[in-house]
Amino acid sequence: MRTGQHPRFREGLVIEVRGLTKRYGRVLAVDALSFGLRPGSVTGFLGPNGSGKSTTMRMILGLDHPDRGSAVIGGRRYGELGWPLREVGALLEAKAFHPGRSARAHLAALAASNKIPAARVDEVLGIVGLTSAAARRAGNFSLGMAQRLGIASALLGDPPVLLFDEPVNGLDPEGIRWIRTLMRSLAAEGRTVFVSSHLISEMALTADRLIIIGGGRLLADTTVAELSTGSASLEDAFLELTSGTADFRAKDRAEERNENRASGRTS
Amino acid sequence: MEWIKLRTLRSTWWTLAITVAGAIAMAIVIGLNTKNASGDLTNNALAGVIPGLLLTGVLGVMITTSEYTSGLIRATLAAVPNRPLVLAAKAAVFGGVTLALGEAASFIAFIAGGAALRGGIAAPTLSQPGVLRAVVLSGASFSLIGLLGLGLGAMVRHTAAAIGVLVGGVWILAQLIGALAHGAIAYLPISIIANSLATTKPETCGPGAASCPHFLSAWAGLGVLCLYAAVALGVGGWLLSRRDA
Repeated sequence: MRTGQHPRFREGLVIEVRGLTKRYGRVLAVDALSFGLRPGSVTGFLGPNGSGKSTTMRMILGLDHPDRGSAVIGGRRYGELGWPLREVGALLEAKAFHPGRSARAHLAALAASNKIPAARVDEVLGIVGLTSAAARRAGNFSLGMAQRLGIASALLGDPPVLLFDEPVNGLDPEGIRWIRTLMRSLAAEGRTVFVSSHLISEMALTADRLIIIGGGRLLADTTVAELSTGSASLEDAFLELTSGTADFRAKDRAEERNENRASGRTS
Repeated sequence: MEWIKLRTLRSTWWTLAITVAGAIAMAIVIGLNTKNASGDLTNNALAGVIPGLLLTGVLGVMITTSEYTSGLIRATLAAVPNRPLVLAAKAAVFGGVTLALGEAASFIAFIAGGAALRGGIAAPTLSQPGVLRAVVLSGASFSLIGLLGLGLGAMVRHTAAAIGVLVGGVWILAQLIGALAHGAIAYLPISIIANSLATTKPETCGPGAASCPHFLSAWAGLGVLCLYAAVALGVGGWLLSRRDA
């Protein structure tokens, strides 16, 4: 990987999202979301399950069409980028590849699509530690290996902007530490790293800034330090902020007893 | 990208190999069983094409639907946001490969079928009128049904459902429509291939046969098949662009 600053996006906002809105049928998944991402930092995208994080990332990548608003990268929409994989690398979901193909073939196909030199395929396989498994069918990969393959494809074009959607899902502690270190080193090189998660403690260790979303709406655009002042812990601060916006919440015993009393049932 | 994707899946090559081998095998079997020279020997030799179409059609469907079922479609469209280009590339690569292999299957089946004839029946040669045309156009039918499948896959996005539409539309619905509207038979894909393309004399009914469906000429039949494939690809491409990934 190259060291030093990426000259293209040194100042200003790299990714700018303005008034992004997306509705699936009757559900408003993303509601007039606006934020900006700066280069050389890891920005965490936090929110409960179903808060619209993945939808937002997909709209940035042009995979889903927003109903209103815009998302631009360096001032251009994703579809207007010359060789998209060389500008933005993304890990959206594990196992987003054909199970019958080898890891190397999967990466080779992606590299060919954006005129990335073939040698880069072996390079990224080495970075993520999949060199020995490169010729194996991707369908036989464990979840950890599949995540690494996804990360390899994100790094393929050596892009200045990286989007990771819940990269630590299914990883063991060693893998979690490895990704955290990787993301921080990518940011130290001047790249922009945008990582979504619902694990606050992990985000606290990885991210410089936090964008917190709930029910599709922006709840906070702040730093880890700012968020945890005034609360007992970061977790408390986060839960306070997002209370009421989680899709499905298990009721705790106290709530259940209250409800039963109110409706006249004995618990 | 699409060429690498196609050539790196072993299952694709196996399916294509079976298609070719099957067509040749059928030609040999029919040739061995031909008792006299009264039928259209070329049509007989090319009979193995029809079952092979099922394989290339299904393969075409899966080239697109497998991207949706595996989630690869997101990586593909992130790599190439120009969605019509993605479908066009798939069609070009898949169409090209199936055309080449289809022609090979057609020619080899023809020659093998002719060589298998016994009992002193003379094998048809390519220089006879209509024979070369029959062989070449039949070979092309693999590709056209495959492209129809590709388009259907882009429209339906779900493997089993798309295969259902393909088989239902091309084979089963054809029987139903054929029973109800005699005139429409000539436009149905299997009829076209069996009666217009794979034969030296498309219009085999004499002037006195009133209930005989009027089959299309060979080139008209080819045109109709191309139209089906083009419509499927066109609608598929439009839906691909409009929908979320």
